[in-house]
Amino acid sequence: MVTATENAQLRVVVEFSGGLEMLFSDQKRHVISIPTTDENGKPVTVAYLIEYLCKNVMKDSRKELFVLDSQIRPGILVLINDADWELEGEEKYAIQNGDNILFVSTLHGG
Amino acid sequence: MHTPGRCFISIFEDEVHHTISSSKLFFPGEKVAIGASGGKDSTVLASVLKTLNERHNYGLDLVLLSIDEGIKGYRDDSLETVKWNAIQYEMPLKVVGYDELYGWTMDQVVETIGKKGNCTYCGVFRRQALDRGAKMLGIKHVVTGHNADDVAETILMNLLRGDLARLSRSTSIVTGDATSDVKRSKPLKYSYEKEIVLYAYHKKLDYFSTECIYSPEAFRGSARSLIKNLERVRPTAILDIVRSGEDMARLVPVNTAKSCACKGDVAPAVVAAEEDGLGGCGSSNGRSSGNEMAAMEKQLRQNEAAEGLEVDVSKQMLPQAQRDKENVKTLPIRGVSANPKILGKQTLGNCERCGYMSSQAICQACMLLEGLNKNRPQIQI
Repeated sequence: MVTATENAQLRVVVEFSGGLEMLFSDQKRHVISIPTTDENGKPVTVAYLIEYLCKNVMKDSRKELFVLDSQIRPGILVLINDADWELEGEEKYAIQNGDNILFVSTLHGG
Repeated sequence: MHTPGRCFISIFEDEVHHTISSSKLFFPGEKVAIGASGGKDSTVLASVLKTLNERHNYGLDLVLLSIDEGIKGYRDDSLETVKWNAIQYEMPLKVVGYDELYGWTMDQVVETIGKKGNCTYCGVFRRQALDRGAKMLGIKHVVTGHNADDVAETILMNLLRGDLARLSRSTSIVTGDATSDVKRSKPLKYSYEKEIVLYAYHKKLDYFSTECIYSPEAFRGSARSLIKNLERVRPTAILDIVRSGEDMARLVPVNTAKSCACKGDVAPAVVAAEEDGLGGCGSSNGRSSGNEMAAMEKQLRQNEAAEGLEVDVSKQMLPQAQRDKENVKTLPIRGVSANPKILGKQTLGNCERCGYMSSQAICQACMLLEGLNKNRPQIQI
């Protein structure tokens, strides 16, 4: 029972656009599985996901174009299921199975 | 389940409509060219203007006007986006190429002068190209996708430069007037960049979001970053800067404002147009300003190193009365020395070579071309 919970995974759809996809193998849509809880046994949050993406999904070495001072780079919008993450508690939002999380850069050409 | 998208779209459109109607940007039957780069701002501008034109019966004749700088793998791709927009929005599209206007593509320019400083060429050429393209179409009004973040950035740059005269012009929604050939306006002046990106997302608009291949370094360290950081702490900071810029513009001494207007009615338009165009890559002025900002920072550091801080420190320690006295002394001097540098040359005429309106005998584009053409034989041999 305990091991089942530990092995439980959340399925999350992560999308990148506005030029951010270039940091993620030029692929806009990634379906990933992450643990339900972090190393402290707490439900995983968007902050966890961001770190996970940097460690496991990003192939590009220019991490600072995505994360700056351990926060999402200013100028990148985050939408959780189409709603601005500011409405959902930003990094602290606890990820649910099947969530769609979109990162859009606003920094590229007009 | 979620309707924030639909609600957001209609609020955004209402806001742009409010900007357009309250500043009387258009008149019924006006032919308007939308400066279209295929990027998010101009794509959103085209979409919103089409929507509002139909919804509120502006009676506008809208045309897409694109500049082909001749950058393979960048502009040819983004032009595909514009062509698709033209079909979707049922708007005629006019593409004006640097090669046909100047005999040079940006690829050739970079081949000749290298990547350093090529944004200057691109910016100077683009400014004229938009005007010339509009003239070819018999259109006297070009709208651009400059957003609130762009305007705030320009205001900050002018503030940091101490360029009050330009600050006052850069805040204005319309540049140019009836006497100038082509006027420019920015209907998205009060729209946050964030809103523009969200609008494009919710309306599923296709836009091109690749950085210009010749200005990769401009991505970091700019007035842009400062603005984005401010926005994070206080989201309204951007529009607050725009409003502050407008208020400061009103406070600019009459003689400073006059000293540009009295040299000819068109002068302010020309200067403001320069502001729009200089170094503007990917049609947003954010990128070039990054370099400018870095250059200025460097200069400031050098000044600091050269002069030391003693003068400032001693000034700080002067009694109030004495400080006031000193201010009275120094301010006019500063005014006299700074203003002629910016405004003194603005006597409007036409370029001797190409006939384009210019404050110099030979316009900037022709000056740059002269240098390029001198170098061409060497390169081709």
